[in-house]
This record gives sequence, C-alpha cells and structure tokens, in this order.
Amino acid sequence: MLILHCPCCGIDADETELHPGGEAHVKRFGPGASDAEFESYLFGRENPKGVHFERWRHANGCGKWFHAARDTVTLEVFGTYSAQLTAPPQDIRDAVTAKRPGWSWRDFA
Amino acid sequence: MKRYSAFAIAKEALRQHMGWERAWASPDPRASYDVIIIGAGGHGLATAYYLGKNFGITNVAILEKGWLGGGNTGRNTTIIRSNYLQDASAAIYEKARSLYETLSQELNYNVMFSPRGVMMLAQTQHEVRGYLRTAHANALQGVTTEFITPQRVKELCPIMNIDGPRYPVLGALWQPRGGTARHDAVAWGYARACSDMGMHVIQKCEVTGVRSEGGRVTGVTTTRGDIGCSKLGIVVAGHSGHVAEMAGFRLPLESIALQALVSEPIKPCMDVVVMANTVHGYMSQSDKGEMVIGGGTDGFNNYTQRGSFHHIEETVRALVETFPMISRLKMLRQWGGIVDMTGDRSPILSATPLEGCFINCGWGTGGFKAIPGSGWGMAELMAKGASPLTAEFGLNRFREGRFIDESVAAGVAH
Repeated sequence: MLILHCPCCGIDADETELHPGGEAHVKRFGPGASDAEFESYLFGRENPKGVHFERWRHANGCGKWFHAARDTVTLEVFGTYSAQLTAPPQDIRDAVTAKRPGWSWRDFA
Repeated sequence: MKRYSAFAIAKEALRQHMGWERAWASPDPRASYDVIIIGAGGHGLATAYYLGKNFGITNVAILEKGWLGGGNTGRNTTIIRSNYLQDASAAIYEKARSLYETLSQELNYNVMFSPRGVMMLAQTQHEVRGYLRTAHANALQGVTTEFITPQRVKELCPIMNIDGPRYPVLGALWQPRGGTARHDAVAWGYARACSDMGMHVIQKCEVTGVRSEGGRVTGVTTTRGDIGCSKLGIVVAGHSGHVAEMAGFRLPLESIALQALVSEPIKPCMDVVVMANTVHGYMSQSDKGEMVIGGGTDGFNNYTQRGSFHHIEETVRALVETFPMISRLKMLRQWGGIVDMTGDRSPILSATPLEGCFINCGWGTGGFKAIPGSGWGMAELMAKGASPLTAEFGLNRFREGRFIDESVAAGVAH
C-alpha cells in the first residue's frame, strides 16, 4: 500500500486515508488564453513513465492538500511538499536526482 | 495456412499430431514497410487484419515489445457488450459485438465467443432511471437491450440475493447477445490470420523512438534496429502517452492500474455476466469454473501492472452481499493492467499532429469488447484518412468540447 508523509499534519498516511488529486503543477493560463492553452490546461497531461508530481488530499485526516513526488514505474516515493508551490522545491529535486541521475524538472515535457 | 477443422484433427490423430504448422511466423524485421503498427495486442492485430482484408494492404509489420497479447488483451475480464448511451459509442461497440458473433469462422480460430447475456444491475433509483434511458437509446440505435425486473434477474441468475439491505436489486439492463470470449484466442486468431496474409508479427521488439522528417513520420527506432514506414499506427493502450511523447505530442490521457481476480474453480453456478456498477464489481464464470471478478481502478498514475490491495477488498466485500455464496470462495490469483483513461471515458481513434501517424488509445477499462470494431474503424482511418466509425473519436474533440461522455452514462465498470 502506498504510504505518503503528510507535510501539513506530519503523519505517515496510508493510501486509504488519502484522496488522489491528479497531476500537479498544471499551468492555467490567464484571460485571453488561446484555445490550445486552455485545452492543454484542461486535458493535456504529462502522464510520465517515471518521475511524476501529483496532488493528494489527506481526506480522512487533516483534510489538507499537498504534493508528492513519485515514480510511476517503481512506485517509489521521493518526498512530499507544500501544495502552495508552483514547482517542486530544491530538496525534492535533489532527492529525485540522487535516485535518478540526469533527471531534470519537466524534461519529460 | 493449414485450416483447422474436425477433419484436420482426425487426420492428425492418425499420425501422432506431427503435421500441425506453427500458427504464425517469427520473421526478422525488414528495412521498411508500408504500415507499421506498434502494439500486438487485440486492437493492433485487428487493425492490421482489417487493413489487409478490407483494403489489401499487407506490407505491414506489427511490433510488440513483449509477447503477443501479453498486455491488457490477456488481463481483462473478457466481457463483450454494446449497451452504451451515446450514438458514436453504440455504433463502434455494436460493430465489434456483431463481428465477434462470426469471428471464429472468419479467422478459422476458435475465440470461444459465448453470447450468454450481460446484465447491468440497477441497485439505486438513480441507476434505474439511467438504465431505462439507455434501454430507450439502444432501441433507437438498433442495439437489442431491455430493462428487466428483479424477478427476471433472479431467474437468470439464481445465486443472486436481490433483497440485500444495502444494495437491493431494483432491475437490470439486459443485453441477451452480450457475453464473453477467450481473450488470448482473439489475439492469437488475428495474429495467425495476419501472418497468413504475409504480415510480420514481430515480438520482443520494443519501439524506442519515432523518426520523422518535415512533420511526416518516416519510421521507428527499435531494439532490433531502425525500421522505415510511410504510415504508423500507435496502438499501445497504457503506454500511449509514453510513445506519443516519442512522436512529439501530448495526449489527454492518464495511465492507471485496473485489477481483476479469479476464484478457485467451482462447478457451474452462473451462466450470465453480471455487472454491478454501484459497488464497482462485475462477475462471470469461466469455462474452467473460476469466478472471474473485476473491480475498480486505482486513483493515481501507475505503470506497474499491479494495483492496490484495498481495491480488491472493496470489490469483493461489495459483491458478497449480492452473491452470498462467494464469501466461501478462495481467491486463486489476481492481476493488474495499465489502462489509459480519457476525460470523457471514450477512446481516441485519430490522426495526430505528426502526418502519417495515427493513434488508437483511450479505451480505458473497456477495450476488449471493442477489439474487432476498433480494428475495423482504425484500418479504414489509416487506409482512407477517415472512417464513419471513428469520426467522433478524434483528438480534436477535447478542444472543441464535443465529448462522448460515457463516464456519466456507463458508470465506472466495463
């Protein structure tokens, strides 16, 4: 079972306590965005085979949203971090790089 | 190709079965083909088969990274039905179901199609209204379905408890010509027929890159060398996003794990397929006697072909009330497949931003039933550039807001 550390309340939560919220850091363009940009925001997904960033909600716990960095092939969790950020923080990127040398943020895009 | 028949069996019986041929060849890849199909699952092989049969295009290679039908083709619960709400869906699924009826004769390969009937239980008032609506839509679409009473449900499936306190059976949407087929045999039958037409079914050949020139596809890079082509079909289900990335475009897809399980084999007790969408469970009995049970998907992206245990627990727990006898059964084995889910739960059969490259994906949790229809439409799309079966399933529907919304119509289970 997937176990994620909730950065909001500080406990390790089982998958049954959590609700998945889909891909993180999906960019929403402002007013005047083109159809292509809006389509990309609504439907386009990286869906990577490998390093992935997701939104999760600690639904049966503190109720707060957070982000997780995970590998979709090995199910390894690299770390969790605040949902307030628009890109993964440096310590999460370092943790991913330590396990996946040569990886860089959004190089799969 | 030597035809399979009762006469052939009698003849081989007299000479210790030494005269059987290999069902399909294992050729080395040529330098180039007219058409390359990536993915030798049901949909890829069916596409190749109808390219040859309907359009005479036989200079075709089907590349498979693993083994024939080793992905979702061999991992589903083999349910075949076409009782969808939307016209575009009903058309392609009903085409598939009708092709299944004669597929064994067509391919000279026994796919064990068993039109035993599929019922989708209505266990809430909401579902009753939804299925009544679907039954009316199906009548207009020419798909034979009817809404049946709880008493009729009990007659058709006596092991069911229709008076459950939490999930009473209020009726069901019944498609008498739905059923099941042997999933591996569908892949094997198509592969044998493709090989017979001179096509190359190449296993253990993983595509690692898509080559293009001036916005047009020119071939693929594989673990067995570069192979050229003038048209490319990507038919790789859960790995569609991964291969599309090689071809330089993104898809509105997410890959997640869907699980199924079988019980220990028992004596025949159930000769219909039952789907219970309220509780995310569906069940039929295989010819070996195992109860084949499928459940819900995980909620997060996953490429591991295994799912979370608690989903199995949920599925079985919910089914036990409706089928009390399965509480005494042991689970024999469990497996997972990676399904490619679109936002509207309908597939994508489409041209792509890369000229000459076509994609067939997004079948999500319900691809097996569509294999012949999907191959039929995809072959027409690749050969002629358009097909009435696939017209509504283009990639542009997401930008244009023309969804074929089966997520509200079909619930979750397929």
